[in-house]
Amino acid sequence: MKICITAQGSDLESEVDPRFGRCQYFVFYDTDDLKSEFVSNQNKDGMGGVGVQSGQLMADKGVKVLLTGNVGPNAYTTLQAGKVEIITGVSGKVINAIEKYKRGEFKPTDGPSVDSHFGTK
Amino acid sequence: MIISVASGKGGTGKTTVSTSLALSIGKDAQILDCDVEEPNAHIFIKPKIEKKESVSIPVPKIDESKCVFCGKCQEACVYNVIAVIPATSERSGKTLTFQELCHGCGACSYLCPVGAIKEVPRETGIIEMGYAGDLEFIHGRLNIGEAMAPPLIREVKKKIDKNKTVIIDAPPGTSCPVITSIQGSDYCLLVTEPTPFGLNDLVLAVEVLKEMNVPFGVVINRADLGDSKTEEYCEKENIPILMRVPFNKEIAQSYSKGIPIIEGMPEYKRSFEELLKKIKEEMKK
Ligand code: SF4
Ligand code: SF4
Repeated sequence: MKICITAQGSDLESEVDPRFGRCQYFVFYDTDDLKSEFVSNQNKDGMGGVGVQSGQLMADKGVKVLLTGNVGPNAYTTLQAGKVEIITGVSGKVINAIEKYKRGEFKPTDGPSVDSHFGTK
Repeated sequence: MIISVASGKGGTGKTTVSTSLALSIGKDAQILDCDVEEPNAHIFIKPKIEKKESVSIPVPKIDESKCVFCGKCQEACVYNVIAVIPATSERSGKTLTFQELCHGCGACSYLCPVGAIKEVPRETGIIEMGYAGDLEFIHGRLNIGEAMAPPLIREVKKKIDKNKTVIIDAPPGTSCPVITSIQGSDYCLLVTEPTPFGLNDLVLAVEVLKEMNVPFGVVINRADLGDSKTEEYCEKENIPILMRVPFNKEIAQSYSKGIPIIEGMPEYKRSFEELLKKIKEEMKK
């Protein structure tokens, strides 16, 4: 199963990026073959709609679960349409977040955690 | 002749200058308040509104029964308005349109291979028109929570009457709506204050105007407060200073009561007539 974690750097030791739409990197992690892929976020400096765009990316990549700090309303709607489970409030190192997730320590979020334009400045 | 009045930041007295300039011309003049997010020229002009128009932009509506989830519309949209989620074993196919982000460019409906996208109007704001004496007044007012200012500004500018002297009150700053407002002007007045912040924003505005190729001059408000850096900058850059308005309790008080300078202090009518004359001379250069 594919999960995605937003990260501030391009390795598993980097910190989780609290922003979803404007994060530095997306880490795609496969819980079956334990492979990870780092994709730098092309939209992070976009003018607007970055949450929608990033939500679309999750759907395109077939992500089942997203671990991040916060998601805004547009991203939330898009992720829901893509049937991506959303876990917000995640912090610390990416590798630790993955471990915690595997141990079932996270609960899914049931609404957007921030207003639009969070993380713009 | 179209003269726009702009400032690198808010609170420099831009509207005081634009409204006084327009009122000093009066007959055969038009004032357009393009600061559609926070129009306030009407407070000074006090026009009688005679006409209202609603302004909308065409936004996409996707008919999911026709959609084949090819994603062309999503790829085409540079504003990320559309998400296309194809069906998988666990989810049904879905399209989402975040209409509040849409600029109404029409690319998505044009590119849809199966004609699943229909354009529907979405109101972004209104235009109000009227007169204050002989002076024609027009402003746009963006709906609450609406972010799409440029299309409304363009509609306001369609009301320009080329036979008149047109004064455009541009929004503060140097962003997209400002450029949309100033575009096509014959001259631009930059209103500033002689403070470090004022100068910083003036420099940014000057860069934008040079890029746009619109000739411009500066009006220094509260010219007797602050420092001489702004004057030095203008001299060095060869930017004409067309007017200096001193800080004056009466001006400040009139402003807070919504009274234009030239009504509160009629002696200023001459100064604004002078200003117009100087602008005309500058334009000949
Ligand atoms: S009209 Fe233009 S801006 Fe609006 S959704 Fe379509 S492509 Fe995007
Ligand atoms: S371009 Fe048309 S068919 Fe393709 S996803 Fe968009 S609406 Fe559907």
